[in-house]
Amino acid sequence: MQDTPLNIVQGRDLSFIREVEAESGQKVSNCYQCGNCSAGCPAAFTYDLQTNQIMRAVQLGLKDKVLNSKSIWMCLSCSTCSLRCPNNIDVANVMETLRHMARRENRVNVPVMNKFWLSFLNTVRAFGRSFEIGTMVLYMLRSLRLTTDVDLAPGALSKGKLGFKPHVVPDGGAKAVARIFRRYEERARREGVRP
Amino acid sequence: MRIGVFVCHCGSNIAGTVDCKAAAESALSLPDVVYATDLMYSCAEPGQAAIEKAIHDYALTGVVVASCSPRMHEPTFRRTVERAGLNRYMFEMANIREHVSWIGKDKVANTNKACELIAMAVAKLRNDRPLHSQSFDVTKKVLIIGGGIAGIQAALDCADGGIPVILVEREPTIGGKMAKLDKTFPTVDCSACILGPKMVDVAQHPNITLYACSEVEDITGYVGNFDVTIRKKTTYVDWDKCTGCGACTEKCPSKNVPDRFNENVGLTTAINIPFPQAIPKRASINPDYCRKLTTGKCGICAKICPTKAIDYERKDELINVKVGSVIAATGYDLMDWTVYEEYGGGRYPDVITSLQYERLLNASGPTGGHIKRPSDGKEPKRIVFIQCVGSRDKSIGRPLCSGFCCMYTAKQAVLTKDHIPDSQSYVFYMDIRAAGKLYDEFTRRAVEEYGTEYIRGRVSKIYPDGNGQLIVCGSDTLLGQRVEVPCDLVVLAVGINASKGASHLAEKLRISYDQYGFFLEGHPKLRPVETNTAGVFLAGVCQGTKDIPSSVAQGSAAAAKVLSLFARDKLENDPQIAHVNAARCVACGKCIRCCPFGAIREEEFRGQLKAKVIDTVCQGCGLCTATCPQGAIQLSHATDNEILAEVNQLCQF
Repeated sequence: MQDTPLNIVQGRDLSFIREVEAESGQKVSNCYQCGNCSAGCPAAFTYDLQTNQIMRAVQLGLKDKVLNSKSIWMCLSCSTCSLRCPNNIDVANVMETLRHMARRENRVNVPVMNKFWLSFLNTVRAFGRSFEIGTMVLYMLRSLRLTTDVDLAPGALSKGKLGFKPHVVPDGGAKAVARIFRRYEERARREGVRP
Repeated sequence: MRIGVFVCHCGSNIAGTVDCKAAAESALSLPDVVYATDLMYSCAEPGQAAIEKAIHDYALTGVVVASCSPRMHEPTFRRTVERAGLNRYMFEMANIREHVSWIGKDKVANTNKACELIAMAVAKLRNDRPLHSQSFDVTKKVLIIGGGIAGIQAALDCADGGIPVILVEREPTIGGKMAKLDKTFPTVDCSACILGPKMVDVAQHPNITLYACSEVEDITGYVGNFDVTIRKKTTYVDWDKCTGCGACTEKCPSKNVPDRFNENVGLTTAINIPFPQAIPKRASINPDYCRKLTTGKCGICAKICPTKAIDYERKDELINVKVGSVIAATGYDLMDWTVYEEYGGGRYPDVITSLQYERLLNASGPTGGHIKRPSDGKEPKRIVFIQCVGSRDKSIGRPLCSGFCCMYTAKQAVLTKDHIPDSQSYVFYMDIRAAGKLYDEFTRRAVEEYGTEYIRGRVSKIYPDGNGQLIVCGSDTLLGQRVEVPCDLVVLAVGINASKGASHLAEKLRISYDQYGFFLEGHPKLRPVETNTAGVFLAGVCQGTKDIPSSVAQGSAAAAKVLSLFARDKLENDPQIAHVNAARCVACGKCIRCCPFGAIREEEFRGQLKAKVIDTVCQGCGLCTATCPQGAIQLSHATDNEILAEVNQLCQF
């Protein structure tokens, strides 16, 4: 329990609930807090707020609590929660929505996760598909975690999971993917969203 | 005498810890026992058939079954021996399940104890004598106590079945709690619209006699023949003349009278009619507030009354009726929630009960169906509902769940949104118990469609913020966060007790009641409508917490019990009653004084006064037997000789 009680009337951001619902297309009041999402989540051990608590906090409109949480960044987007929800709420979609909202507000509480994603997306933008070694190098440079997961490299290399050359997408696919990124960036600039 | 002993395995219930075969073999050495065996399930059809066959094959004249408690199966086996041609009282039961196998694991000790209990049963059986019932007439008329929805349903069903009904209601109108409600869950249909026609049916049914403003003063007698005294409390108005025109209520100068029908939210006049659809629609005077009755100066209503119905001298009336059966349908009252100091203990006017809120919602209520909070008449915008107030709380000695609060709270939240669209309701709950047809769907609708905020947690305190608002402090246990809700009105879902005075009535009816005053049914599953007093049945919340559908169902069930009782023209008494040995009786009269049923009187016998038991009134309780200094009164089937034979048998070991 936190020390200061939450004022249910003033301490809540009702527009936040509406935004999350509009952006995710999910009705959060449908959640009856059974806890199935938390029970099945494979990343739950890394969470500061469990998935059902994230949903509860969204129901209550506790914007800061949700967007400052680590959990939304540790989510793997595996969608186990969505699959198991008895009320058919796409919980993973809500988590995704919350990440977007947090990024727009410059509140990335687990920066390395953001760096990893940026690195991944950089390679996709450049080659049209993910390029594992490229992602790895970019992530190491960004995060300055130069030796992280190095122990996994020999095994991955021997199984051919870490190609030294990027995959080639046929029929100019890489350019098409790059165009998607460009369009997104233009829109982001136009609408003031952080790229 | 030729006795047969049957030792039941009860599957593994008894045979698991008692050697039934050995117990049966040991019984063979007892005097008069000519046959003994063990049976897998003696109560099942093959078991009973085996007993019947043994009675024929071995010409048995008495039977002992060693099995379970006699409470359930003594009647079963009595019928079995009767089918085989024995008197039903030439049968004894030894309880080797509840008294032996279920309470001990030592097989040797258990088997020994079973053998001893069987030996005692045999010893008693050797002293038993055949007994025969007497038949007596039935008064085919039923008394129904309580005119709420359960009593109304029972009355209508009995009356439709051709049975004359006497319906006694304590309040000036029937309808009970349901008449106070605005809407009913889960269909949100208008309470008055569905109850009203039934109330009118009661008033118009030729088989129903309604006594409102009346209470049962005394009940004596027994099933088929109860003598009832009803006290018709004075209303200072001659109801035969009153037409319910309401002219008196308009002119009454005493206008600051707490309105009991409106749960004391709002005021009424000293002479009043509870609500527009009241049945009977008759005025009654509240003597505590009437100026004529308190100061002797006024009398305006008497002057204004067009039918001259007002009579300030009118007294209570006592009415005697004879009925064959009684249905108790006395309903409930709210517990005293002011024990909760953390909710203000009754000091804050804007902390009200759900029943008071129901009156605020109701179009015939004190605010005409507009929600206005009691303190300043303002329309509340934020309303907090608190569930489990006086329910599931061991700290105040009330661990019971009141059963219907979850549902009516959801209903009131829905209605609040309908009444005030820009309002927001918050519900503090522990669990949502919505186990009924379409109930859970309804509570979800309150959340999903009506935007009611449910917060899981109890409320720790309520305090006024000084600006006309109340701050409700609680916690959201799902989030692990303390919360505060500033609001305009707090509605408490207060837990329920049996109706005030229910325990006194239970004593008059000679039925049992629990710590909350709820009447005890004959069996929690298999005799939910009967009581342990023959001819007395239960309907509605007086037996335990219930919602309207269940109360109606039990009302109909109680009516069905009455109709099946009255389907016979004669009833048979239980012959296990007291008998006086006139030769020993010294007419000391102690038995007459101690008999709780008034079943003994003095009669002249060969020129001397002697005690005499009235067979049909005696309930066989045995108090007189224990009191008689001469041993002159004996209880058949439990005589001194029979009991001493059991003791002697046990003390040989």
